[in-house]
Amino acid sequence: MKISKIIFLLLSFSFIQSVHAEWLAFRGSQGNGSSKSSDPGKIELQGKNSWVTELPGRGLSSPVVVNDTVFLTASSGPNQETLHIIAFEQTNGQKKWERKFKATGRTVCHQKTCVAASTIASDGQVLIAQFSSNDIFCLTLSGRIKWLRGLAFDNPNIANGLGMSSSPRIASGTAIIQVENDADSFSFGLDMADGTTVWKKERTRAANWTSPISIRKNDREIIGLQSKDGLTAIDPVNGKNLWAYEEGASTIPSSTWTEENIVLVPSNGMTALKIDKKLMSFKKIWRDNKLKPGTGSPTTSKGKLYVVNNANVLSCASVKTGEILWRMRLQGPVSSSPVIGSHHLYIFNETGLCQVVDLRDESPSVVHSIDLEDTILGTPAVSKDAIFIRSDKRLWKLGA
Amino acid sequence: MKLLPVLFLVFFCLVRANGNELLTSTLIKIGAHGNGNQEAIRAISKDNQLDHSSILPLLIAMNSANSVGDNWIRAVISETIISSDPANFPIQKIHNFLENQSNAGSSRLTAFELLQDNNPKLANSIIPSLIHDPEPSLRRYAIAKILDDASLEKDAEIALGLYQKALNFAREVDQIQEATKQLRNRGETIDLVELMGFITSWEIVGPFDNSERMGFGKVYSPETESVSRESYKGKNGQAKWTAFSTSHNLGMLDINEEYGQIKEALAYAKTTFVSDSAQKVQIRLGSKNAWKVWVNGDLLYSRDEYHRGKTRIDQFVIDGELKKGANKILLKVCQNEQTQSWTKQWEFCLRITDKSGKPIRQSSVN
Repeated sequence: MKISKIIFLLLSFSFIQSVHAEWLAFRGSQGNGSSKSSDPGKIELQGKNSWVTELPGRGLSSPVVVNDTVFLTASSGPNQETLHIIAFEQTNGQKKWERKFKATGRTVCHQKTCVAASTIASDGQVLIAQFSSNDIFCLTLSGRIKWLRGLAFDNPNIANGLGMSSSPRIASGTAIIQVENDADSFSFGLDMADGTTVWKKERTRAANWTSPISIRKNDREIIGLQSKDGLTAIDPVNGKNLWAYEEGASTIPSSTWTEENIVLVPSNGMTALKIDKKLMSFKKIWRDNKLKPGTGSPTTSKGKLYVVNNANVLSCASVKTGEILWRMRLQGPVSSSPVIGSHHLYIFNETGLCQVVDLRDESPSVVHSIDLEDTILGTPAVSKDAIFIRSDKRLWKLGA
Repeated sequence: MKLLPVLFLVFFCLVRANGNELLTSTLIKIGAHGNGNQEAIRAISKDNQLDHSSILPLLIAMNSANSVGDNWIRAVISETIISSDPANFPIQKIHNFLENQSNAGSSRLTAFELLQDNNPKLANSIIPSLIHDPEPSLRRYAIAKILDDASLEKDAEIALGLYQKALNFAREVDQIQEATKQLRNRGETIDLVELMGFITSWEIVGPFDNSERMGFGKVYSPETESVSRESYKGKNGQAKWTAFSTSHNLGMLDINEEYGQIKEALAYAKTTFVSDSAQKVQIRLGSKNAWKVWVNGDLLYSRDEYHRGKTRIDQFVIDGELKKGANKILLKVCQNEQTQSWTKQWEFCLRITDKSGKPIRQSSVN
């Protein structure tokens, strides 16, 4: 292993210990949609801790929050060929910097999605931004280029006529990138130091919009790659398969790892896999087709699973047993995934209505809502006692 | 005593020039699969001499870089601008670079976008002159302005003239369609097939078997023959070449009309395109089915994907070459097993243009 990589790994590990309050990737630093930091409870458009700012382009990607900066991607231009990576001051929404690039791969998408659909991943030192054109950028937190790749430049047939949305994950000094389609279909491990390919795996040729997940125990971390075939666990260092659950899985909502060392796979409804301590095998512990998610991915917090189905019903179940504890109907339609802070669950519907559920109640209900009056298809971030959410035109920080 | 500062200045300039040269030569060499990344990282980290005088050499370097190298250069230009005195931004040099059409389209577009960011007034004043630009992404700005002006124009005759001008000069599909829509609303007749150069007369043979989508990779005889046979063994008996044409207003060819709405099948369509010279062209294909395209026996590109969105005009833009005289264009279009209503289509549309999107007309002399 290169010395630079060892230093990189040590720095990354030390940083991860101090970033509980941040939101570093799609569905948060843990990848389960919840944050250990306090949430704002009730949120207000005009709150002291709230702001809104205009965006230069479209996007379904989530904001990520590192230190005092909010990072976001967007795409603009007649064919969405201009790719934006933008940094905002989290306290007031002022733009700190913006970098613009051009797509090197295909930008054709279904009208409901766009080229900026994947969420940035950060290890607290750099940002990995992925776009539907399969362009990957690694920038420092101050916006300086570290490296970039045009994966479609190397593999022109890695494209989906509807657009792609898988978000990157960082593990063991490697950026894990899923670019899986009906035509050429791969997953890549890119060296965080220089962007070169550490490994490249042939994957099932089928359109796939899910994102890689981290599965962790003590100091060990492996990666789960989901596809229509199921969930394959790999070693992020070399991409080698460790185990595979092969009973099929959704190609839109992603799996979720929980602190109970259980992976919840959107498969035949919802299927729970208990992972052994060494992360080398799994055992199926429960399955329930009533917990099938719609477009959004399942969220977990404090031993409970939260999932919104295609009928806009929010279900809460025990992670360990799958027992459904309560269900409630939301105002839909819902495309985004729910997020949870210290006590509240926040879910946005497609018309911009944020519904807040107090999870401390015995029979939870929507205790508060605000309407952004804009189309919201992406998933919010929870950090700094606030919710960060974007539309095609705006980015909001919603605090108390 | 006076010589020393001059020598120092000369030395400083030489060092900086060499640094810029090393950086640009490194970024030009960025290749596929991350090749050149390590060298680029080293060159960027060493070079802290960048200032506004570096922007023009970087734009010139873009002329020789590939699209990935272009993005590296965009990043370096962006950092250079941030770290330099805005008063020294080289407006005139960048304007001159933009006006020189021998520079690559992508680097000229970057120059224009730099002017938009740093001198929007000048950039706006340039826009009308871009109407003849060979780079479609620049020409687009001028067409957008004409369409905007037309939509705001209260005099119906002037508005009509503006829409006609937009249609005459537009190269991009959405702008052509917008101008056409407005002109048709005003009673004008527009022949988009003729205007956009869709190829509407083909011969077709099929259906061949595409069970389990295996036909896409299977080599049937029409792919390999230099001289076509009259008939082949097909999926449903003998398959013969037959005339295949369309009167669709966007040149769409519906294969279902030829063989019925069958599934797990494929067909070959061929046509001869007579070019008046050997030339580089773009084959612009639309199809929501899996397909392959050959020109004069050479496979140009293939795409094994079914029904991910609608068929779009210019959905795939493929660089190719025509020889002088007759050129054989062969298409393989595959239909899969899906039965949903949105998977019925088995279709394609195709046109041939130059790099600006202007249709290439067939020579009348074969």
